[in-house]
Amino acid sequence: MEKKIRVLVAKPGLDGHDRGAKVVARALRDAGFEVIYTGLRQTPEQIAEAALQEDVNVVAMSILSGAHGHLFPKVVDLLHKNGMNDVLIIGGGVIPEGDIPALKEAGVAEVFTPGTPTGDVVKFINEHVKL
Amino acid sequence: MDIAEELLKGNRLALSRAITAIENEYDEATDIMKKLYPHTGHAYVLGITGPPGAGKSTLSDKIAREYRAQGKTVGIIAVDPTSPFTGGAILGDRIRMNGLTLDEGVFIRSMGTRGSLGGLSHKTADAVKAMDAFGKDIIIVETVGVGQSEVDIVKAADTTMVVLIPGMGDDIQAIKAGILEIGDLYCINKSDLDGADKLVREINMMLDLDSLMTDWRPPITKVVASQNEGIAELLGTVDKHRTYIEGNGELAKRRTKRTRDEMLDILSSNIGSYIKSKIVDSGRLDGYVEQIKQHKTDPYTVIGEVMGEMLK
Repeated sequence: MEKKIRVLVAKPGLDGHDRGAKVVARALRDAGFEVIYTGLRQTPEQIAEAALQEDVNVVAMSILSGAHGHLFPKVVDLLHKNGMNDVLIIGGGVIPEGDIPALKEAGVAEVFTPGTPTGDVVKFINEHVKL
Repeated sequence: MDIAEELLKGNRLALSRAITAIENEYDEATDIMKKLYPHTGHAYVLGITGPPGAGKSTLSDKIAREYRAQGKTVGIIAVDPTSPFTGGAILGDRIRMNGLTLDEGVFIRSMGTRGSLGGLSHKTADAVKAMDAFGKDIIIVETVGVGQSEVDIVKAADTTMVVLIPGMGDDIQAIKAGILEIGDLYCINKSDLDGADKLVREINMMLDLDSLMTDWRPPITKVVASQNEGIAELLGTVDKHRTYIEGNGELAKRRTKRTRDEMLDILSSNIGSYIKSKIVDSGRLDGYVEQIKQHKTDPYTVIGEVMGEMLK
């Protein structure tokens, strides 16, 4: 019996910058996780449905468009509606420090801003994921 | 929740959880499969294989849309390679199918190969059964990008489609053994590129020389998946093949062989892991290895003794 950590890496909303998401996806792969990469311009509904079909343990979203305050909580909400209450939700991107408390309040477990070593993301997932 | 019961009621999260249990070999997986098995056997399984970058995922997306337009429900299992070094994987096939995510008649699941070398994962066949029991009409199984010899798809699929693209080698490649032998259908994708007609000629030559050919000659269809060109025609050949093998008993034969292979696989894997757990957990393995290293005995003698002891 092998519990493999599965992570959905997604880019919600209208934002064409996926380099960061790809770097994180690669780092998670190298940490031994199965990374489902869904790419750019995903709606919250698409992300929540893909998370359900893939039965992921973690949803990792990257946003650089400034719409995090709307999109992150929406995804959290939809995941819970799908019955996925144990999934660890994390975010990353250019997100002002001041916005982070509200995102955490909304159910995003952690927000990683530019300059975060990828190892920190891996460590956070290993420590907080529910299998 | 009772996963099998909920799955049979059409709960998508239950289907998803069932596949996880199967993949991770949770204890409850066997019970789930026992409950699902009576409900399997209705779906038609289309295997899609071909080299990396041939367009298998894009093609799966287009084929699924075409089936949806015909009113059929579709399950897709997309396999990508697991790293032999870290056990991690990037499962990136979904990215070509994002337009299907919100269609409730489609369920897509990505799987890593997790050490299997035949182009699928060891658990792909059981995941197919879960989707079958869930009620999907068509299940598309997309292999990893294959080289020349990953042919497990033949065992899992009712119809196997080999996808090729122009520019991958000369006609000597086409007469080698391996994946080029296994197609019930050939699909030449990216056929707007130079060399598509040459590739069709080469496949035809290979088929001309096939001494094992039945009266089914695999059709070759040129498509441009990204432009949705040739997809309806391609599906026409799938339907034709299905009618053909349903009519002459070949489908029944394939499925009988599959059941037999699966039985033997489960048997050897269960016996293997039983014996492994006995000799690994008790620490006996290390002792044997030490003795063999010192040439006091050999692996064949040891295995003979162990088997004799465990299977009497």
